[in-house]
Amino acid sequence: MSLLEMTLDAPRLLEMQPLLRVNNLCKNYGGIRALENVSLHVYPGEVLGIVGESGSGKSTVLRLLNLEEPETSGTYQLEIPELLGQNLFELNRFQKRETRVHHIGIVYQNPHLGLRMHKSSSGNVAERLILAGEKRFAELRRAARESLQASEFPIARMDEPPIHLSGGMQQRVQLAKAIAMKPKLLLLDEPTTGLDVSVQALVLDTLKRLQFELEMTMILVSHDLGVIRTLADRVMVMRGGRVVESGLTDQVLEDPQHAYTQQLVHAKL
Amino acid sequence: MKLSELAFERQDYAYAFLDEFAKRELRRKILKAIAIPGYQVPYASREVPMARGWGTGGLQVSLALVGVNDTVKVIDQGDDDSVNAANLRRFIARMTGVKTTTDTLAASLIQSRHRIPEELLNERQVLVLQVPMPEILSSIEPSYARAREMHSDGDYALLWLGLYEDLVKYREVSYGADYPVLVNGRYVMAPSPIPRFDTPKLHQAAHLTLLSAGREKRLYAVPPYTDVYPLEFEDVPFQIEDQRGWRDASTGAAGKFMSEIPQDGGGSSYQLSDTGLKQKLERQMAGEEIEIGATYFDDDTNFYITGFLKGAS
Ligand SMILES: Nc1ncnc2c1ncn2[C@@H]1O[C@H](COP(=O)(O)OP(=O)(O)O)[C@@H](O)[C@H]1O
Ligand SMILES: [Mg+2]
Repeated sequence: MSLLEMTLDAPRLLEMQPLLRVNNLCKNYGGIRALENVSLHVYPGEVLGIVGESGSGKSTVLRLLNLEEPETSGTYQLEIPELLGQNLFELNRFQKRETRVHHIGIVYQNPHLGLRMHKSSSGNVAERLILAGEKRFAELRRAARESLQASEFPIARMDEPPIHLSGGMQQRVQLAKAIAMKPKLLLLDEPTTGLDVSVQALVLDTLKRLQFELEMTMILVSHDLGVIRTLADRVMVMRGGRVVESGLTDQVLEDPQHAYTQQLVHAKL
Repeated sequence: MKLSELAFERQDYAYAFLDEFAKRELRRKILKAIAIPGYQVPYASREVPMARGWGTGGLQVSLALVGVNDTVKVIDQGDDDSVNAANLRRFIARMTGVKTTTDTLAASLIQSRHRIPEELLNERQVLVLQVPMPEILSSIEPSYARAREMHSDGDYALLWLGLYEDLVKYREVSYGADYPVLVNGRYVMAPSPIPRFDTPKLHQAAHLTLLSAGREKRLYAVPPYTDVYPLEFEDVPFQIEDQRGWRDASTGAAGKFMSEIPQDGGGSSYQLSDTGLKQKLERQMAGEEIEIGATYFDDDTNFYITGFLKGAS
């Protein structure tokens, strides 16, 4: 293909279908409205950042996208051959588990939510493959080692339980577990909050490299605008369960339109 | 016509101790268990004159099934003469008038704790196993409600993860008895604490196996000729306890499950755990004409279904 032809192609984003489509997502906890009409589209290979103060509903969005909890209303679609046209919220418990195992990875801020702290680290990763039906021990070992290596986990310690590991290493185990099945979608809920700044930088490097190598679509929740700036292509600002502003990261962070975003950005500076 | 004319006259004692309603409930639950191999069916679990934990689950199933033409054998760890087995056997006999035996071949109903006899059971025999803990998932999932959900989803990942962890930590699977088995390709069940040596005997067995837990109020079944596979990784085959090199001290029998008997000098001698078989072998040696049935394992511990035990050493 000549250079000329290439430039005549329509812009990539115009032709591409979003990998993920969420429309009018609402979630109530009893009387609390945790999410109010949240809609988002994320394109293949794109990183969407979600920022907002604590209690704004960021984690709730990720839990719903990971099909852990029932929604109150709204639709959720993934552009994956066997799931085309399917509202994922309508799948049964078994199908939801299958979808989670094969197509979605998640890293929680609190490693206790994502890991079995007293099983081996390699076992934590292997569990994803077991769930997907792998019955060969050697293959489980190989895949666990590969994923842990990709997450830059010190491989000599692969059989130690996470409870004995540092916070940074625990996050790497979570990451290895999340990518074990090479999912299309990776959800990250404050993955580096609570880590030392230097460790945080290393984990972010790993994330960036993995996102590039595995061409994963990522949704990254953080209240740290620095983290968002480093990784996110686009950013969505949430407050009180609503999306108040969204756009390209540079635009939103350099030239915030909404008063709340302006506050956030200035507080950071 | 009045209802009282249709009903049997009231009696103080019912045949086989349990009243007819109790037996009817048990039989229905047994039928359901047979219809869904490996699935745990809750049942009422009546009071019997015996403490929970002493085989009341097995006893209730035996009482619900036993009829005047049955011959009953009861064993505890393979032994017909242990106190527990003798008590259960005497109770069943007194409440039903049935014949009892120690000969596996002569028995039509065998109640057992922790063992399956060495001689092949046939299509006319029923094996009732006493179960302390029916829920194989209880050690990894404390909530019964969650465990039931996992069974219905066929979600046994945590059991497999347990095997993985064992292999990583100990280089072998640590289950001794009660090794988890997949029944009929669907439900994973606890085979009661039979040794791994007995586990393969359940696969494609000619007889019906009923497993019943009185305290936990659940019963389940392996119908005749049903697939029963121990959970094993494709590349790390299941292994039975190694009995090679051990011989029964009095009969010289080999390739069967042995009890170890520590000796004064510090060594050990071995004897057949299946005392019914041991007695028959002894009588045969004494010159008596006696029938010894075919066994699941030959003298070299080869299983009768060739190729089933991939890990056969
Ligand atoms: N399980 C729950 N039960 C009740 N309320 C909840 C639950 N989870 C979250 N919430 C409420 O939903 C809102 C959003 O919470 P969350 O998603 O955790 O916010 P964030 O992650 O942005 O800090 C909060 O008001 C919170 O109290
Ligand atoms: Mg949160």
